[in-house]
Amino acid sequence: MAKLLIDKDTCTGCESCIPACPFGALSMKEGIAVVDEKCTFCGACVDVCPVSAITLEKEEKAVTIDTGAYKDVWVFIEHEHGKVASVSFELLGEGRKLADVLGCKLCGMIFGEKVDDFIKEAVAYGAERVYVTESPVLKQYRADPYACAAVNLIRKYKPEIVLFGATTQGRDFAGTVATTLEVGLTADCTGLDIDPETKYLRQTRPAFGGNIMATILDYPNYRPQMSTVRPKVFPMPPRDDSRKGEVIRESLPMKEEQVRTKVLEFIKGTETVNLVDAEIIVSGGRGLGNAENFKVIRELAEVLGAAVGASRATVDAGWISYEHQVGQTGRTVRPKIYIACGISGAIQHQAGMRTSDIIVAINKDPEAPIFKITTYGIVGDLFTVVPMLAQEFKKRLGL
Amino acid sequence: MKIAVCIKQVPDTTDVKINPETNTLIREGVQSITNPFDEFAVEEALLTKEKYGGEVHVVTMGPPQAIEVLKNALAVGADKVYLVSDRAFAGADTLATAYTLAKTIEMVGGVDLVICGKQAIDGDTAQVGPGIATRLGIPQLTYVSKVREIDLANKKIVVERMLEDGREVVQSTLPALITVVKDINEPRLPSLLGIKKAAKAQIPTLTVKDIPVDENRIGLKGSPTWVMKVFSPEARGGGEILKGELTEVVPLLVKKLMDSKFIK
Repeated sequence: MAKLLIDKDTCTGCESCIPACPFGALSMKEGIAVVDEKCTFCGACVDVCPVSAITLEKEEKAVTIDTGAYKDVWVFIEHEHGKVASVSFELLGEGRKLADVLGCKLCGMIFGEKVDDFIKEAVAYGAERVYVTESPVLKQYRADPYACAAVNLIRKYKPEIVLFGATTQGRDFAGTVATTLEVGLTADCTGLDIDPETKYLRQTRPAFGGNIMATILDYPNYRPQMSTVRPKVFPMPPRDDSRKGEVIRESLPMKEEQVRTKVLEFIKGTETVNLVDAEIIVSGGRGLGNAENFKVIRELAEVLGAAVGASRATVDAGWISYEHQVGQTGRTVRPKIYIACGISGAIQHQAGMRTSDIIVAINKDPEAPIFKITTYGIVGDLFTVVPMLAQEFKKRLGL
Repeated sequence: MKIAVCIKQVPDTTDVKINPETNTLIREGVQSITNPFDEFAVEEALLTKEKYGGEVHVVTMGPPQAIEVLKNALAVGADKVYLVSDRAFAGADTLATAYTLAKTIEMVGGVDLVICGKQAIDGDTAQVGPGIATRLGIPQLTYVSKVREIDLANKKIVVERMLEDGREVVQSTLPALITVVKDINEPRLPSLLGIKKAAKAQIPTLTVKDIPVDENRIGLKGSPTWVMKVFSPEARGGGEILKGELTEVVPLLVKKLMDSKFIK
């Protein structure tokens, strides 16, 4: 069993470690630090101790697999309603860098009924090889047949790294694949790189609602290394339709009768732009006062071709539906521009939008926490400012 | 029908802040709460029981003080609760956690439906639900915003799943696992009687000796991933507050945003 050891003689009782623990597992007893059972062995305290009194004793894990047998970087090419998710292309761009450092191939993995167009796109965005399983059973995403197809390919061709978009589909799917293979999976990464010494994948992700960042590695006896990656973190790579790629096809070892779920219907959302894909989001908060006033937000959103977001307070008050909620208990978004109108900016709201490129806030209260993270702020009444913004944009855009 | 709910005690991240001078987490006064999504999971289990009959079993894994979230579950009406707590389970990543919870659910036995929150707000992985389903060998329905129908006689469930651009209606065989989003219901408050009952309840602790687990698959030992380092995110300092008359400030903001080239 792992142990967190605090050397009583070295500890100076400086208390630096106490606030560093995300779990509150450290306290002072008779002038030295002690650890209790809340410790999860995350190691956050080890680095902050100025006298190196804290060490984390991990069990040595014997490497039981031939890690050298695992090579290449794979990207799961996700598609829905006949269109590839842009995060898949973003991952081909980032996967290219990882593959170049490792000196291996960048590959795509595509499942579906007829996917020739998707194969072409994956190659155009950088895949040198594409692994494909086609079957009517795979027409729509479902965890059972997709995981079956992926596990079959991964066991046979042994990739070193497999990347998925951290979308609804990607998270549902990757969790099943990783558990079946009994390998690690790091969720919702916002940074990926290769450790120069060990050549292991370093996966960086936000935790505690974005209040801390953690870099996660996989022990070498678990391969492939797998991550889901947050959409819009990495740029789209250039598309080159003249590229050529190799295609490897495998059949699906599962019949429709073995699939335990059936998609009966898809009810399209009422909004024309969805929050996760949106480049611009205009969001409304408690300052709107009632449901009807969301029209001010909608008008500006329409001018900008933006999606409409909302704070938790407005959703809980029933002013707008849950699909619009941005934040910890809603959606996490990363648009180019996020315009927060009448939103005070509680930490839970920030957790869902603080990585947006440009944040604009309009709020009456100059002390509102949102102003601490905004790129541009206007202190003023949203009912005056937002319509003026809409007018001004219309003028500039020639609408 | 027998329903199992998996819940987690998490630090209330409202209170977790970074000390800007030392760049460390300030944990003073941070409360522990039931993961918000798990409250919807417990409520959905209670609603399902009220509609179709049965029992609600609630499981949590964590340090001894995680017993508090089980007391909350008892207070709102859970029939039986289980605290899975042992140093041997500590340091588990999502693979080892899902394994341990799945083994606990197997031990509970005869479960028709497992309900989890969409994700926990401390780790935000959303991986434990699918992990449990896979370990149990049952289908998973994630991001569920509505349970439309449960047909116990024919062992079927129909749900709506909340996707990025709409809702998908899916039918699955039972037993199954669902993970739920906030939209699914409104959690009830505990009654005074419930709180009294919960306070008196004896909650047994299940240790590594009580659950038939493979010790190589639990805790830190059974976890493929490890945390190399933890650090503060790049501070996003407050930017520019545009001051002056609105007739000047608004066009200035529009110009700045147009200059960003993000508006087409």
